[in-house]
Amino acid sequence: MVSEAAPPGFLTTNLDKAVNWVRTQSMWPVSFGLACCAIEMMATGAAHNDLARFGMEVFRASPRQADLMIVAGRLSQKMAPVLRQVYDQMAEPKWVISMGACASSGGMFNNYALVQGVDQVVPVDVYVPGCPPGPQSLMHGILTLQDQIMAGEIKR
Amino acid sequence: MTDEKAPVESNDEPMEEVVPEPAVALPGDGVLDPIVTAHPATVAVPTRHGHLLSVDREDLVDVVTAARDGGYRMFIDYCGVDHLRRRPRFEVVLNLLDIDRKQRLEVHVAVRADEPSLPSLTGIFPGANFYEREIFDLFGISFVGHPDLARILLPDDWEGHPLRKDYAVGSVPVQFKEAHKAR
Amino acid sequence: MSDTPSLTTGDRETPSAESPLETPTPVTDSDERRRLHDVWVAGTEEPDWVKDATDEGAQELLSEADETSLATQRGTLVDDDYLVEDDVDEEERQIINMGPQHPSTHGVLRLQLELEGETIRRVKPIIGYLHTGMEKTAETLTYMQGSTNVTRMDYLSPFFNELCFSLAVEDLLGIDIPPRAQAIRILMTELNRVSSHLLWVATQGMDIGALSMMIYGWRERELFLEFFESATGLRMNHNYIRPGGVAADLHDGWEDEVEAILEAMPGALAEYEELLNENPIFLDRTMGVGVITPDEALAYGVTGPALRAAGVDWDLRKAMPYSGIENYEFDVPLGKHGDVHDRYLVRFGEVRQSLGIVRQVLETMPEGDFRTEDRKVTPPPRKRIDESMEALIHHFKLFTEGFKVPPGSVYQAVESPRGELGMYLVSDGSASPWRLHVRGPSFANVQALPVMMTDSLVADIVSTLASVDPVLGDVDR
Repeated sequence: MVSEAAPPGFLTTNLDKAVNWVRTQSMWPVSFGLACCAIEMMATGAAHNDLARFGMEVFRASPRQADLMIVAGRLSQKMAPVLRQVYDQMAEPKWVISMGACASSGGMFNNYALVQGVDQVVPVDVYVPGCPPGPQSLMHGILTLQDQIMAGEIKR
Repeated sequence: MTDEKAPVESNDEPMEEVVPEPAVALPGDGVLDPIVTAHPATVAVPTRHGHLLSVDREDLVDVVTAARDGGYRMFIDYCGVDHLRRRPRFEVVLNLLDIDRKQRLEVHVAVRADEPSLPSLTGIFPGANFYEREIFDLFGISFVGHPDLARILLPDDWEGHPLRKDYAVGSVPVQFKEAHKAR
Repeated sequence: MSDTPSLTTGDRETPSAESPLETPTPVTDSDERRRLHDVWVAGTEEPDWVKDATDEGAQELLSEADETSLATQRGTLVDDDYLVEDDVDEEERQIINMGPQHPSTHGVLRLQLELEGETIRRVKPIIGYLHTGMEKTAETLTYMQGSTNVTRMDYLSPFFNELCFSLAVEDLLGIDIPPRAQAIRILMTELNRVSSHLLWVATQGMDIGALSMMIYGWRERELFLEFFESATGLRMNHNYIRPGGVAADLHDGWEDEVEAILEAMPGALAEYEELLNENPIFLDRTMGVGVITPDEALAYGVTGPALRAAGVDWDLRKAMPYSGIENYEFDVPLGKHGDVHDRYLVRFGEVRQSLGIVRQVLETMPEGDFRTEDRKVTPPPRKRIDESMEALIHHFKLFTEGFKVPPGSVYQAVESPRGELGMYLVSDGSASPWRLHVRGPSFANVQALPVMMTDSLVADIVSTLASVDPVLGDVDR
């Protein structure tokens, strides 16, 4: 907000808001694609849908440099420990979006091979429905997450 | 693979009558005729794009070698089937292709449940490697002579072979958070 | 992982022999579910089972002394340009791990590589990280629901999965498909081939550093996805081609949309070629890299563009035509050297041929039904359901119980963008398959990676891997 006491050209705000704003506007996802949804995630990042509008076009190959994990696709029992390891390698603060029906609940594959929802392995902040969710759905999920972060506290 | 041939399946009586395929004397194919003649247990049936051979387990390596040398040079597919109520219980289906004559060859081998093993084909087709590991993983049929017989699709410490018919699908009941409280 | 807390409450036990097909008993309610992040928090000391969790034991690359499949991992049949004298000390070799989380493995493929300096000596692909149990799930779904399942296997060419499944079921049923349905199938699959190859050129470019290629590839792919969405309702995983025909007739104005695609593509292809054809970096990184000879390709079951780039004239659309593809004119582009660059040329040739087929379909689309008249597999028209009780019952029965398929087995194959996609279907006479095996083209192609990679350089791994265009949903199923 513009303070009346301060000289013109100055803005004041509280620290929480400033930090949260910075976090939402430069959230870097780890490039972690599993299945069909990963293709739609890449489509979201490409020119037509342009994830860069949300400061998120930098998909980091290394989890150490990322603060958002988009679990895009079905998670098998064999992959579950790997997913958890990648999540643990990410630095705090970190968030998880579960993209698609399979990641959120196992989807149509209710069988021996799949983990029935990634929330059994990592804590999930936003679930995006769809099989696969289109780029618009994913962007909606991302905006929802940004709202959550803006409303939350900086200490996680 | 043992030499002795048990005449009767040891488990129990067949639950379902297996109708034998009608025996065609010779497929009328320059490559397959000698194979069928040389192995009396082999039965040939024509299919849409080629032939189907039902082969005895002991003849498998011979038949596949002869087929490869006769032009079926391309390895296509190898998979298992669990018939559960049939005896013998398992069947393994090999698919080869002759790209010059545009002919497919399906080779069916029956595998008994009390002795689930087959000779490996990796020496004839290197492409059989992953397929045999997959059959081993999902059906528990082992391949004698395979250089690296380990699980391939499932974690190494998995128990059971999921595509067997007596292995449950493993579905988890769908839960709605408040469902049990509402009742 | 023996002391691992159970991550799921699913019943993995083998039921007893007395009741082999007994359904598992429902386990717990949600309160009793244990979740890993409740058990252990990052930053605290790792328990042993977490450390060992990502170890795959015998599936991994072992030291040479313990390894039984050296010939496979060394791809000893290989004879390519990068063969280096084997004069480095054993102790200078190192094993590195690539994947399953790696941006250039096209999913969750994991490669273990033994390096000697910059030269690759052994390669072992480790797969199964996307094993979805689809073949088991297929046995629980009716034939009516089956194409919902198979379309998610090779998620870059969903129409081909549906087509292959439908052709197999129709073969067992012995029903004929009307000409319009066949033409729609060809239209959709050939457009799908182009969109799949566009994604390939995007990722191939990205993987070897031509990042702008990726943006261009995605740009044109959106055209196709938009058409698919307006025709089928979904951008991917369409469930559009079903046993008996297709799910719905093409929408009004489809001709204009296809025409727009056909007009946009030649310019786009010229743009790609301007970017890549004389690009010295692209040429250096693709020519003579990842070579496979025709004999090796046949023995390993390599199919598709990788096989044709080696000079083998084998395309199922010509050799064993399906769905009326023999009525259209097209050529099969062939390569000579079997390297990455020839695969690039073959794929671009295929894109042009497929666009030619689409043009022919557009001009000769027959009138008529979009699904078979056989009421056994085809639901009644929507209008009849409103008028007739019998039609409503028929519709209900068809979608709840499905239709029965005569006993028998069939192997059906189609030429997918990655090679021979085959399905082996066994029916026991009931309404769901007894066994559905899928011969994924990527499975065999990934298996041949050691042949293409050994004795080449580290930098060529990514180029070779991308050129094979594996889709892990197809490999692991």
